Amino acid sequence: MNTMTEAAPVRPIEPTSYHVKEGNQGIALKIKDFKLWYGQSQALHGIDMEIQKGQVTALIGPSGCGKSTLLRSLNRMNDLIDELKIDGRIDVGDFDMYGPGVDVIALRKRMGMVFQKPNPFAMSIYDNVVYPLRVDGVTKKSILDEVCERSLRSAAIWDEVKDRLNESALGMSGGQQQRLCIARGIASDPEVLLMDEPCSALDPIATAKIEELISQLRGQYTIVIVTHNMQQAARVSDNTGFMYLGRLIEYGATDTIFTKPHKEQTHDYVTGRFG
Amino acid sequence: MKPHTNTAFDHDLQELQTAVLRMGGLVEAAISKATKAFVTRDQDLAHTVVTGDKQIDALETEINSAVVRMLALRQPAASDLHQVVSVMKVAGDLERLGDYAKNLGKRVPVLNQSDLVEGAGAAVKGLSTLVQSMLKDVLDAYVRNDLELAKAVLDKDREVDQMTNAMFRELLTHMMEDPRSITVCMHLLFIAKNFERMGDHVTEIGEQIIFVETGEQPAPRQKGESTSMITDPPGADA
Repeated sequence: MNTMTEAAPVRPIEPTSYHVKEGNQGIALKIKDFKLWYGQSQALHGIDMEIQKGQVTALIGPSGCGKSTLLRSLNRMNDLIDELKIDGRIDVGDFDMYGPGVDVIALRKRMGMVFQKPNPFAMSIYDNVVYPLRVDGVTKKSILDEVCERSLRSAAIWDEVKDRLNESALGMSGGQQQRLCIARGIASDPEVLLMDEPCSALDPIATAKIEELISQLRGQYTIVIVTHNMQQAARVSDNTGFMYLGRLIEYGATDTIFTKPHKEQTHDYVTGRFG
Repeated sequence: MKPHTNTAFDHDLQELQTAVLRMGGLVEAAISKATKAFVTRDQDLAHTVVTGDKQIDALETEINSAVVRMLALRQPAASDLHQVVSVMKVAGDLERLGDYAKNLGKRVPVLNQSDLVEGAGAAVKGLSTLVQSMLKDVLDAYVRNDLELAKAVLDKDREVDQMTNAMFRELLTHMMEDPRSITVCMHLLFIAKNFERMGDHVTEIGEQIIFVETGEQPAPRQKGESTSMITDPPGADA
């Protein structure tokens, strides 16, 4: 069992080179008997899950079921919480991300994250997007320019902001800010994009744009999305996991989960009979 | 099954079911009345079937609107989705059944102008009784979500097909023997064919019940109807 309070020796992991992708087949993340405790209370009970490379995986379930905890475990964001205890393992590629000596910063470069509320930094649009590269020590303007444009294009926002890259990101609409955050999330060319309810603070049009963006990013990135909106999960994802009380109740093709779930609890949840 | 957290959803679903059953009741009555009008050569009764079809059509429109509203507002999933989608299909099948009853009603005044072919009354009545019993069973199966009964209805469709085939051959012989009977026989052929189609629509309702209960479409049926393959009866050249 690992406790996050232990100081582990640092083992550097090379982030993937910018915008170079390996094949999009196979398993991106392998979660094996993963358990997590916040102090005395156990939030995750032995999760086993394989997340397919290049596909969109949605996590659904009622509040407090552990889906956000699981998502945050995928880039070790929970490390910041005191008295956190974990057991089991999560493999990204072929290494254990909770193994000894993992360079968490390097790990997080491989796992882009988008949050519920858009959180652009108080700086220009351009600086927001290239921030991960600058942190990484990239200073060459031609590279920064190229990555900025490519990321903004990938995030389907380039045309809206190309003439005001030097304006503050805080002046953008909520939907634009969220797409900017996705652009920033993919600027460091992660393998996996983690999205924690990325649309819950957005209006329906901005939501539709994000959903469209997720569809466009499918194939290029492995996407894991936590959402309370079941229709959204049904629309955007290839696979869906239903969680309840810290357990993964059912995990399978989205079509099956929403039309012919195997477990009664899943059926009750997707048909609105839960509670 | 547990009730929905939002109980209005259950209420809406219940109302849909009730509307389908009301429609089923009207269709049962229409088939029964049209058959009686045919057998007793009662033009007035036949006319009530023809005019009564509007009510069945209106119910179908009402059900379809309710289904569309439910899809838009409630976005049903899993078994709820199967049920809501099947309601639309069942209503469509019932509407067609009503149309065939109406068509039979329309033919009654025409057939009244000449003598019926011998045995035709009994044959049509036999077909109608079988189709009516299938419809009753399938509606019972629908209310009770009774898979076994629905499957039994599916099996009965072969009988309808066989009766249609027999009637087809018989009418063909009549027409060859006495060309003056061709007009009447043509009407009777359409009536027989309509009952055969009614059997198919009842069967489709049975398949919808299986779909709602299991989430899977039943395997394609083997058709017993072969009027499209019937050639001249033996000895016709003589």
